[in-house]
Amino acid sequence: MCTYATSTAEVTGSGYRGDEWFPVDRAVVYFDHPQDATLDHALCIDVWGGRERVAVELDAASARRLAETILATLQRDEVTLLI
Amino acid sequence: MTDGIVAETITMTGNGGDEIEAYLAHPLDGDDRPGVVVLHHMPGYDRATKEIVRTFAVYGYVALMPNLFHRYAPGAKAGDAAAAARDAGGVPDEQCLGDVQGAIEVLRRRPESNGKIGVIGYCSGGRQAFLVACTLDVDAAVDCYGGRANVDLAPELRCPLLGLFGADDQSPSPDDVAAMAKALEANGKTFDFHSYEGAGHAFFSVDRPSYRLDAARDGWKQIWAFYDRHLKGT
Repeated sequence: MCTYATSTAEVTGSGYRGDEWFPVDRAVVYFDHPQDATLDHALCIDVWGGRERVAVELDAASARRLAETILATLQRDEVTLLI
Repeated sequence: MTDGIVAETITMTGNGGDEIEAYLAHPLDGDDRPGVVVLHHMPGYDRATKEIVRTFAVYGYVALMPNLFHRYAPGAKAGDAAAAARDAGGVPDEQCLGDVQGAIEVLRRRPESNGKIGVIGYCSGGRQAFLVACTLDVDAAVDCYGGRANVDLAPELRCPLLGLFGADDQSPSPDDVAAMAKALEANGKTFDFHSYEGAGHAFFSVDRPSYRLDAARDGWKQIWAFYDRHLKGT
């Protein structure tokens, strides 16, 4: 099935496209058919800056581990002091 | 006649007079050829769908696939254009219909055209193929596992419809397919639905884990029989 399930988040920072960095301003997150990953469906993230993007396609378990790891990192004591 | 084909990217006029790219494949020679508009899936105007376009040419059809995502990232790779279209909120139905109408006109102007036009779509393109069949003048339509097809449009169907579905798909689910069949039946429409056991969504996709050999082989047979009957008159 096509889920069409798409969400967008504003982000601030930079993305790396392999040869240079570029500023990014939004992340489009969706669970749908991937372009390349050998999965029927994948959690896809496109981090955009203008018309350039950094993209990943992950299986659901990987995506969950990534999300939990990001949150755990942000919740570390030495990090919470800074944000 | 030879068995050669020509396949190339062309520029065509789509919705609102916009110039968009499209992938055209046709037999090298011969005449009295039907046209088929191919509607790509959510991953876009990609290598796998171009292969499908070429397959139609091998079977004697002039096939044209408009890149429905072209405007969002002209000249970009298929994956980037698909991502850009999603970032923009997706393709509005009116824009899709305008692009398909443009493709129909390109096919009708072809010197080898027999005047008959079919449409086929996969995945999101399956939903769009049904929308086209209810809105534009085509002679036969094939919906390959298009989810979220609007059952309320059933009374508007203008041509014979072939539907190819996976019994394990969740959208369209077997209940969705049954509801559509019931609505088409109630409105006296000509349709032929096949649901394959052991297959889910995207069973035609040879480069994805969803590929199912038996369903795909029979599905292609159904397509050739359906189009030969309605577009070639054989």
